[in-house]
Amino acid sequence: MKRHWNWITWAGFAIALFAFFSYLTLFIRFPVTRDFPWANLLLFAIAGVLLGIGLYRAYARPSEYRGKIVGPVLAVLSLAMCAFFGFGAFYFARLLPPAERALRVGRPAPDFTLPDSNGKMVQLSRLREGKAGTLLIFYRGYW
Amino acid sequence: MVAICVDSQEDSRKLAQSRGYTFPILSDPDAAVIRAYGVLHPKGGEDGHDIARPAEFLVDRAGTIRWENLTESVLARLRPETILQVLNAPK
Repeated sequence: MKRHWNWITWAGFAIALFAFFSYLTLFIRFPVTRDFPWANLLLFAIAGVLLGIGLYRAYARPSEYRGKIVGPVLAVLSLAMCAFFGFGAFYFARLLPPAERALRVGRPAPDFTLPDSNGKMVQLSRLREGKAGTLLIFYRGYW
Repeated sequence: MVAICVDSQEDSRKLAQSRGYTFPILSDPDAAVIRAYGVLHPKGGEDGHDIARPAEFLVDRAGTIRWENLTESVLARLRPETILQVLNAPK
């Protein structure tokens, strides 16, 4: 009897690849999938299920399905991608100094004078005159 | 609304042009203002530079901090709807 190609294992691997690369290329554009990468976690979970089924088929029904070597290789690669993604999204992205260091609500906002991108000096106390509120956005930079 | 980071005026100008930003981007290369607000991320930059952690402060007319937002992860960004809610909230 001809042994079938174990396409489920490959499908699982393809989904894991997509799960790995899609955060920075696709999901990061939408706040709902950017702030917490649940879509990528879901994709990795689906990939895991498919790889599991594929491995089961290769080992429990080896007369019907191929993939006893390819299966584990793809599974390990997928697991590595998942681990790498998890490390980046949940450890590395959270390496921030304690929030307690920041000035608290109710404290006076220190005045400052800094140049804008055209060299014009901007002073906070001048900027907030006559405005209900001034939003200061601090960001990493290095874009 | 103003943005503040350690990037040079040159880099900020390129960023503003490429994204079409119209609000001022201020340059704080030695992170003095960043330090004053307690949002320094020591050696957080790619080459070990001191940079700012993501943070937003709303300052009222009198110069008092009215609201702030500090996230736990660089993935989470402040959404415009949140700011509008804060601005429109009854005082």
